Amino acid sequence: MNDMTPDRNERQANLKGLGSSRKRVEDLRFTQGKGNYVDDIKLEGMLHGDFVRSPYAHARIKSINTDAAMALDGVLAVLTAKDLEPLGLHWMPTLAGDKQMVLADGKVLFQGQEVAYVVAKDRYIAADGAELVEVEYEELPVLVDPFEALKSDVVLREDLDPKADGAHGPRKHHNHIFTWEVGEKEATEQVLDSSDVVAEEMVYYHRTHPCPLETCGCVASMDKVNGKLTLYGTFQAPHAIRTVVSLISGLEEHNIRVISPDIGGGFGNKVGAYPGYVCSVVASIVTGLPVKWVEDRMENLMTTAFARDYWMKGKISATKEGKITGLWCHTTADHGGFDACADPTKFPAGFMNICTGSYDIPTAYLAVDGVYTNKAPGGVAYRCSFRVTEAAYFIERMIEVLAIELNMDAAELRRINFIKQDQFPYTSALGWEYDSGDYHTAWDKALVAVGYDDLRKEQAQRVEDFKAGKTRKLLGIGLTHFTEIVGAGPVKNCDILGLGMFDSCEIRIHPTGSAIARLGTISQGQGHATTFAQILASEIGLPADSITIEEGDTDTAPYGLGTYGSRSTPVAGAATAMAGRKIRAKAQMIAAYMLEVHDDDVEFDVDRFVVKGAPERFKTMKEIAFAAYNQAIPGIEPGLEAVSYYDPPNMTYPFGAYICVMEIDVDTGEHEIRQFYALDDCGTRINPMIIEGQVHGGLTEALAIAMGQEIAYDNMGNVKTGTLMDFFLPTAWETPNYTTDHTTTPSPHHPIGAKGVGESPNVGGVPAFSNAVHDAFRAFGLRQVHMPHDHWRIWKTANDLGLHG
Amino acid sequence: MSGKMQIKLKVNGEDHEFLAEPRELLVHALRERLNLTGSHVGCETGHCGVCTVTLNGKSVKSCTMFVAQADGAELTTVEGMGSPDNLHVLQEAFREHHGLQCGYCTPGMIMRAAKLLEEIPNPTEEQVRFGMAGNLCRCTGYQNIVKSIMAAASEMNSAKEAAQ
Repeated sequence: MNDMTPDRNERQANLKGLGSSRKRVEDLRFTQGKGNYVDDIKLEGMLHGDFVRSPYAHARIKSINTDAAMALDGVLAVLTAKDLEPLGLHWMPTLAGDKQMVLADGKVLFQGQEVAYVVAKDRYIAADGAELVEVEYEELPVLVDPFEALKSDVVLREDLDPKADGAHGPRKHHNHIFTWEVGEKEATEQVLDSSDVVAEEMVYYHRTHPCPLETCGCVASMDKVNGKLTLYGTFQAPHAIRTVVSLISGLEEHNIRVISPDIGGGFGNKVGAYPGYVCSVVASIVTGLPVKWVEDRMENLMTTAFARDYWMKGKISATKEGKITGLWCHTTADHGGFDACADPTKFPAGFMNICTGSYDIPTAYLAVDGVYTNKAPGGVAYRCSFRVTEAAYFIERMIEVLAIELNMDAAELRRINFIKQDQFPYTSALGWEYDSGDYHTAWDKALVAVGYDDLRKEQAQRVEDFKAGKTRKLLGIGLTHFTEIVGAGPVKNCDILGLGMFDSCEIRIHPTGSAIARLGTISQGQGHATTFAQILASEIGLPADSITIEEGDTDTAPYGLGTYGSRSTPVAGAATAMAGRKIRAKAQMIAAYMLEVHDDDVEFDVDRFVVKGAPERFKTMKEIAFAAYNQAIPGIEPGLEAVSYYDPPNMTYPFGAYICVMEIDVDTGEHEIRQFYALDDCGTRINPMIIEGQVHGGLTEALAIAMGQEIAYDNMGNVKTGTLMDFFLPTAWETPNYTTDHTTTPSPHHPIGAKGVGESPNVGGVPAFSNAVHDAFRAFGLRQVHMPHDHWRIWKTANDLGLHG
Repeated sequence: MSGKMQIKLKVNGEDHEFLAEPRELLVHALRERLNLTGSHVGCETGHCGVCTVTLNGKSVKSCTMFVAQADGAELTTVEGMGSPDNLHVLQEAFREHHGLQCGYCTPGMIMRAAKLLEEIPNPTEEQVRFGMAGNLCRCTGYQNIVKSIMAAASEMNSAKEAAQ
């Protein structure tokens, strides 16, 4: 007779599965300083690489003299484009279908561009060597404004035939990259012409940078004896990097092993392939020794993957009662010197066409023009899905502007335009099928939680007091209801470099009832080793504490497209659940054999299979695991393993309601966040503790972006914010406490109903902070002022509105 | 560059002696000579604090100090804070309260927090936020870091009271 203790609830709790705020398994090594990041890797005989970079934003290279550098004791090699050319590696393909110089080939297109690569015995000598490389430049006219670039005679990309199509169709001008159109242009224009009210505005989302605390880097190690290359690096997509390295180096893919060790934050910065990786691989092949390259902070901010830089011209129309009738958007996208955007191939402007947001907008049109300028390449999704933050900021600003035009309360305007619960699945005018949502419930919960009506009364009183000279502080109420689109994505329309955006999980159950699961993703702080084990625990009935999760080694993990765009839970999380179900299906047959009943006569119950109607007759998953390895079961192979490659049928659409209450000092431009309420609906919640942590972190990145962080250039193309002295990262002192909340609307097509959450707070946070600033000045006539809202810009806004007397 | 200097350091209770160029950064000496890779490099300008260690009883950022300046000093790094079998209260508290995500800033946070709690054993939230402002984190938004430090403070104080 089987022992019936512990009871079902205890058994459930022991698993630490879905919904458990399980403590993180990663933390033990991190808190003891025993993480293993790229710069911690030390290999026998390892050399160091460092770049000579261009001080000019646009210049022709007249000559490069490496003699003095080569003469320095400890310098082994200096690579220039000339050395890479015979290998065909002086240029490399970008993720966006363009190509990018690995080392300057005749000219440079942005400040900080890689010109030569010095390889030396240690990092100090490499830096000394870089100082000794003499480069003669001839300055060329600089284009930092995308609108100017489209009119200028100055040709930035002389390597491209201006008449030939680019990767995304015809080019209109030699500095133009692509035009991407979605929706109905004429129908939208007609709606705009015939509607009661039209609001028009230019919304600029400035250039910024993900700036993870660990910069990008790699160690390339070519083993000439075995012909194998091992490449350690800060890669958010290790498998894709392996394929790219194979394609551009000519090494066969089975001879390349890519390892992403612990990663010190990514936020999109570590998705792309950078010249440092290519040069390190070449240097290791040439020298036969391991070569390490790690950027410093200035190199990181100036050269590797920026984010945003979208000029979004919008028109939104409505009836006089406030029902939205149409949305029009034209975006001018500044991509810098090369188009290295990280987007699925068919989406040159990412998922910018989610810009109808949470609203039922019957007609819409979006056009995006990509433009070359003398700025660094990139255009990654900084803690967001591809261009979704831009889209959310655009629509949430346009709603506010429309509310001003209609003289309506912005909360009410949102409410009457939300997609209703019974409209899901909802097909948007720009072509997405939103899987599920309940926006009204979330919105009402948020408004009640902050005491919205009282806040508005307080604000009105404050305006009166301000006008009466009783206070110099204004009150802003920043509203946002965002809808994200994450989990790229269905292979039928999502690929990067031709690789379908599925993901994968492989599980091996060990005889004693523990397990290892490997995935195609890679954690950069999200806690995958903790949460994926929870998904599995609930699926296969073994405790999460008995399941090891491993990622990031392409020799052992199944192929996957990596971690970015909040895709790990929607795609790899789904693969994990599906692989778990395959394990369970085989376990069911084993259990039935052991219990001497038909397969259909047993059912899964938490951690065991039970004979239907006879709960005292069961086999635990632990017993079944052992049986899989020690019993000869007719018709069943030994072992208990499974692999799943999951191609998601649709994206997932997390949403949320954020409200920021901000005090603004009109005379100093300083702000104080009095309250920030964040309600997230990410579908099924795997680990509430981790979700909350993700929300806190994403909101703080949003705070940075909205209130001060930018990659700014002067007219000469000099980066003005290239160190942490001038690139704003909030400290504990500036960062407020956040109140988090949630509703739960599962995704109907995801195996466990989860939608992903890592990026929601950045997507929703930026408009919430920015709308609070705008809202504070609404009573004084402000419609639109560009971010970031640093103290000086807020002071200037107040001054421009005549509030300084 | 020639002209190496004889450097003596006591790190986590152990004596070390080596020759180093005067320009060598303390953080590189710790990471590359002594293999104490818990102290990280994040900005090279003293802003981010991921390289924070304790030097002669004070929190210092080891990326903006030459090892020559540290000659003769006594240092503690995160590796000296606890052992796998006997974690420091702060190490426990950061795990308990989800005070870390990617882990890159964590050693510096723990080093600074330990010193802060020596300086102010019973801090207010405001004092923690001010006292930790030299250490940046990109993942957590600080809320749970503050919570972890407050919890550690209260645990350390209770332990002290119990001992009296």
